[in-house]
Amino acid sequence: MDLVQMQKSLQDYTKSLFLEGVLDSQFLQLQQLQDESNPDFVSQVVTLFFQDSDRILNDLSLSLDQQVVDFKKVDPHVHQLKGSSSSIGAQRVKNACVVFRNFCEQQNVEACHRCLQQVKQEYYLVKNRLETLFKLEQQIVASGGMIPAMELGF
Amino acid sequence: MSLFHVVEFCLKIGQLFWMLCCWLVSWLIDDKSPLPVGSVGDPDKTKMKKNHHHHNKMCFFWNKISTSGFKIPTFSLHPVRFGKNWWKKVVVAWVVLWVLISFWTFCYFSSQAMDKRKETLASMCDERARMLQDQFNVSMNHVQAMSILISTFHHAKFPSAIDQRTFSEYTDRTSFERPLTSGVAYAVRVLHSERKEFERQQGWIIRRMDSFEQKPVHKDEYNIEALEPSPVQKEYAPVIFAQDTVSHVISLDMLSGKEDRENVLRARKSGKGVLTAPFPLIKTNRLGVILTFAVYKRDLPSNATPKERIEATNGYLGGVFDIESLVENLLQQLASKQTILVNVYDTTNHSEPISMYGSDVSADGLEHVSPLNFGDPFRKHEMRCRFKQKPPWPVLTMVTSFCILVIALLIAHIFHATMSRIQRVEEDCHKMKLLKKKAEAADVAKSQFLATVSHEIRTPMNGVLGMLHMLMDTELDVTQQDYVRTAQASGKALVSLINEVLDQAKIESGKLELEEVRFDLRGILDDVLSLFSGKSQEKGLELAVYISDHVPEMLIGDPGRFRQILTNLMGNSIKFTEKGHIFVTVHLVEELLDSSDVETSTSTENTLSGLPVADRQRSWQKFKSFSSSGHRSFALAPSEINLIVSVEDTGVGIPVEAQSRIFTPFMQVGPSISRTHGGTGIGLSISKCLVGLMKGEIGFSSIPKVGSTFTFTAVFANGMHSSERKSELHNNNQPILSEFKGMKAVLVDHKPARGQVSRYHFQRLGIRVEIVSGVEQALRFTTTVNIILIEQEVWSKEADVFIKKLQKDPLVHSPKLFLLANSIDTSISDSLRNIIDPPVLIVKPLRASMLAATLQRGLGIGNSETSQQKGPPALILRNLLLGRKILIVDDNNVNLRVAAGALKKYGADVVCAESGVKAISLLKPPHEFDACFMDIQMPEMDGFEATRRIRDMEEEMNERNKTGESLTVEESNRTRWHLPVLAMTADVIQATHEECLKCGMDGYVSKPFEAEQLYREVSRFFSSPSDTES
Repeated sequence: MDLVQMQKSLQDYTKSLFLEGVLDSQFLQLQQLQDESNPDFVSQVVTLFFQDSDRILNDLSLSLDQQVVDFKKVDPHVHQLKGSSSSIGAQRVKNACVVFRNFCEQQNVEACHRCLQQVKQEYYLVKNRLETLFKLEQQIVASGGMIPAMELGF
Repeated sequence: MSLFHVVEFCLKIGQLFWMLCCWLVSWLIDDKSPLPVGSVGDPDKTKMKKNHHHHNKMCFFWNKISTSGFKIPTFSLHPVRFGKNWWKKVVVAWVVLWVLISFWTFCYFSSQAMDKRKETLASMCDERARMLQDQFNVSMNHVQAMSILISTFHHAKFPSAIDQRTFSEYTDRTSFERPLTSGVAYAVRVLHSERKEFERQQGWIIRRMDSFEQKPVHKDEYNIEALEPSPVQKEYAPVIFAQDTVSHVISLDMLSGKEDRENVLRARKSGKGVLTAPFPLIKTNRLGVILTFAVYKRDLPSNATPKERIEATNGYLGGVFDIESLVENLLQQLASKQTILVNVYDTTNHSEPISMYGSDVSADGLEHVSPLNFGDPFRKHEMRCRFKQKPPWPVLTMVTSFCILVIALLIAHIFHATMSRIQRVEEDCHKMKLLKKKAEAADVAKSQFLATVSHEIRTPMNGVLGMLHMLMDTELDVTQQDYVRTAQASGKALVSLINEVLDQAKIESGKLELEEVRFDLRGILDDVLSLFSGKSQEKGLELAVYISDHVPEMLIGDPGRFRQILTNLMGNSIKFTEKGHIFVTVHLVEELLDSSDVETSTSTENTLSGLPVADRQRSWQKFKSFSSSGHRSFALAPSEINLIVSVEDTGVGIPVEAQSRIFTPFMQVGPSISRTHGGTGIGLSISKCLVGLMKGEIGFSSIPKVGSTFTFTAVFANGMHSSERKSELHNNNQPILSEFKGMKAVLVDHKPARGQVSRYHFQRLGIRVEIVSGVEQALRFTTTVNIILIEQEVWSKEADVFIKKLQKDPLVHSPKLFLLANSIDTSISDSLRNIIDPPVLIVKPLRASMLAATLQRGLGIGNSETSQQKGPPALILRNLLLGRKILIVDDNNVNLRVAAGALKKYGADVVCAESGVKAISLLKPPHEFDACFMDIQMPEMDGFEATRRIRDMEEEMNERNKTGESLTVEESNRTRWHLPVLAMTADVIQATHEECLKCGMDGYVSKPFEAEQLYREVSRFFSSPSDTES
C-alpha cells in the first residue's frame, strides 16, 4: 500500500475512533507524551492497560458469579478499571464503569451483571480498535514512514 | 320526708357516677395495655400474656415492662396512642354524664311536682272528709235529739202525743237539720206476748222484711200488702212512725232484716248511734246506711251495762242516709269538684271494702286515703280521693332537662369539632412534614444531580482546555494566539459557569465565602470582553469598556465572583441586544457623586453607538447608600475602594411588568424568553447575592425597546500599596507598554463618546491620541503621527477620498492606517484589497492584549521576545520540573504510567510506587525526592493514611533535629523536613480538597493532569531553577 494512503487511512481511522466516542482527548494527551526519548510510550501504556483490564474483568466475573456477591471486593476493581480507562482515554469503557459503580453502591447484582457485560463489550471494542490502530502504525513505521500527528480540528 | 327522698336519690346518683367513672378509667387502661405487648412482642411472651390475660392484666403489664428491656419503646408508644383517642372517650363520657344529669334533673323535678300534687290531693281529701264527718255528726246529733223527743212525747206521755201524722210532719219540717238523712223512722219494741195486742191496736200486722231483701222490687211495683206477715219471734220491732220519704217501711219488722236486726241489737246494747253497712235501700234500691238509736224507757247512766240497756229499750229510731246523693250534694258545695274524684268506703271488713260512694273509674295511681269517723266505733269508713285528670305533662321540666342536654351536647360537639380539627391539623402538619422531607430530599437530589452533571461536563472540558493549552505551546502567530486565548477563556468561563450553577445552592444555604486575593480589574474586564467578543462581532455590536483612571490597577477581592457578576450582566445584554452597543464603565463611587455630570447626559449623540439608552443615573437611584441628598451615608475605611460598574445596552429592554421580579431565581421575563434566548434565569439572582456579599447594591433602569442599564457597586480593598508585587504581576503588559510609549495617533470618529472610549484604550498602551471628526482634519496630522485610526463607519463613507488623498500624496514616512470595526465585514476586507499597503483591521472590542498584538503586527514590531517572556505554562513547567526527583504513587498501573509519562515529559526524574506502603518505605526522611504525587483511593493504605504516616515520620525527625540528635551536617542544615505531597484525584470536590489538607497534603491535582493546574500547584513548592542554582 502507498505510504501516503496508509497515513491517510490511519488518520481517518483515528478520527473515526474519536467520532464514535471510543476514545477521548486523553488519548491525544497520551500521544503527546510520546517523544523520541520514549518512542513506544503509547503502546506500552495501552498494553499495560490491556493486561490489567483482562485481569480485572476476569476477577470481576469471578466475584459476581459467587453465591453471595461481596460488593466491597467488586467496587475497587471497577474503580481501578475506571481509573485506567480514563487515563488512556477509553471513554466508553469509563462511562460504563461509572454506571457499574452506581449499581455496586446499590448492591444490585442483576444490574451489575448487565454492567459487566456492557463493560466487557466496550472493552473488547476499544481493544480491537486500538490493536488495529497500532497495526496500522506499525505498518507505516515498517514502510519507513512517519506517524502523522493528530489534528485537533474535529 | 320528701327531703329524705331527695337525699337518698342524690346518693344513688352519686354511686352511679362513681361506678361510671371506675368503668371509664378501667376502659382507658384496658385499651392501652395490650398495645405495648404487641410492640415489644416476642412471640413467647405474647402467648404467655394471652394465658394470663384474664387473671391479672395490669399486674402482668407492669411486670412485663420491668422484665423486658424495652422500657423506652413501650412508653414512647403510649402517648401516641393515648393522645390520639383519649378525647373521643372524654366526649363519650361527657355525653353519658350529661345525659344522666339531664335525666336526673327530669326525675328530680317531676318527683317534686308529684309530691306537690300529692300534698294538694291530701289536703283536699282531708277537707272533704272533715266536712262530711261534720255534717254527719250534725245529722246524727239531730237524730239522737229526735230519739229523746220520741221517748219524751211518745213513751213518757200517755196517751202518746205523737202519731204518724205528727211525726211525719215534724220530721219533714226539721229535715233541713239533718242534711244527710233522707228519712227517719221509728220502730217500737214489741215482745211476742204483746204482738196480738199491738197488731190490734195499730190495725195492721207486723210484716217481715227479709223476703223483701231477697227479691228487690221496683219502686212502682212495691206493694206493702204483698209482704208476708212476720213469723213468730221472741220480739219484734215494727216501724210505727216514718217520715213521708220512707213511709213504706211502716209495719215492717226491723228485726227481720239482717242488717237492721244487727244494727238494732247493737244500738240498744251500746246506747249510741250505730251504723249499718251500706246496703241497697228498700224501694229506692239506692245504697244507703241506716243510723239507729235506741230509745230507752228511762234515762240511763253512762256506765249502764248492756243488759240493763236491753231491758230499758223502748224502741229504735233509724235514720236513712242516702250516702250517694248526700255526698254528692255535699261535694257540690265545694270548689274544684271537677278536679278530684271521691270514693267513700266502708272498711269494717278490711279485705273487702264496700263502696258507699263514687265510681270505680281508675284514674292514675295517685290516691289519698282519709279516715272518716261517723261516731260508730264498730264501723270504719274512709274516703279515697283521686285526681280526675291525669297529671299534666311536665313541660317545663322536660324543656329544662332537654336544654341541659342540648347545651351539653353542643359543648361536646364543640369539643369534638375542636379536637378533630386539631387532629386534622396535626395530621396535615405531619403530612406537610413528610412533604417537607420529600422536598428537602428532592433538593438534595437536585444538588447531587447538579454536582454529577457539572462533574461530567467538567471532565470533557478539561480535555478541551488541555488541548488549547497544548495548542498555545505550538508555534502560532499573534492572531492565532488570540483565537486560542479566546477559546480558552470561553472554555474556562464555561467551567466557571458550571461552578456558578453549583454556587447557587451554596449562596442559598449561605455557605458562599468570598476570596481575598489581589487582581487586576482591567485584566478581568479584558477577559470578559474577549469572552463576548465573538458574539458581539457576529451581531455587529459595539462592545466597549471604560475604566476610570482613578480606579487602582490592583484590587483585593474576589476576582472570580466579580467576573461572574459582569459575565452575567454582559451575557444578558449580549443576548437581548441586536443592534447598537454594550458599554461597560467602571468608576469610583466618589467620582460619580462628586461630579454627577460624568457622562450622564443622555443626549443621543453622546452614546457609544448613537442610539438612545436608558438613563444610567436612574439605575442607582434606589441604592440605599446613596441618600437622596447625594451624599454618602456610609463611611469607608481609607483602604477600601468603592466601585460602581454600569453595563449599558441598547437591547429590547425589560417589560415594565417584569421589572419587579428579575432578581428572583429562575424567573425570566416570560416563557418565550427562555425558548428564544435560553438560559436558566439564575444569573441575576446570583449576581444580586454576590453583589450583596461584596457589600454593594445592584439596580437597573430599563426602557422597553430602548435598552437597559444595570449598575452595581462593590467594595474592594486597595491592592496598590505593595509596589514591588505590582511590577511582577504586570510583567505581561509592561513590555508592550514600553514598546508603544511615546507614539502618537489620530483617531477619526464623528461620535465623541465612542472616540473617548477608543482613546482610553490606546492611552493604556501609552499612545497619545487626538480625536478628529472627519478625514479631512485627520490628513493634517499625517506628518506628525505614527498611527491613523479610522472608525469603520467613517471609512465606508469616506474611504475613496482618503485613499485618493493618500495615493495622490505619497508620503515618505506615512503613518500606518488602522481600521476600527465591530465585525469582520467581507465588504470591508474586499474594499481593502484594492489598495496598496492596506490598512490593518482592528476588530472591536478593544482589549489591551489584542490591541497590542495587532499594533505590533501592523507596525511590524517583532513579538518574538514577548512571547518568550510570557512563556506558556508548559515551558515554565519544564523549567520547574527539570531534574526533579518525583515519586508517583498509584495502585493503577496504567494511571501510574501515564502520570509518569506526563511528568517525564517536563523533564522530571520519576520513580513509581504501586502502593502506599511502598511509598512510605521510599519516603523515609531524609528525603531523596523533591515531591510526591499520591493517589487517594488505594487498597490497603489510601493516600490520606500514607501521607499521615509520612508526616508523622517527618515530625519525629524534626523533633530529633531540634534536640540535636542529627547525625550529619547536611541534615542539620535543613531545619524542617516537609516533603510536598500532592493528591491525585479524579473528583475535585471541595470536601476531598479539605480532607487532603487535613491529613497533611499540600494540594491536589486532578487526574489526568492539566498543565496549568499542575503548574499552579508545583510552582508553590519549586522556585525557578535559577534560584536553586544560586
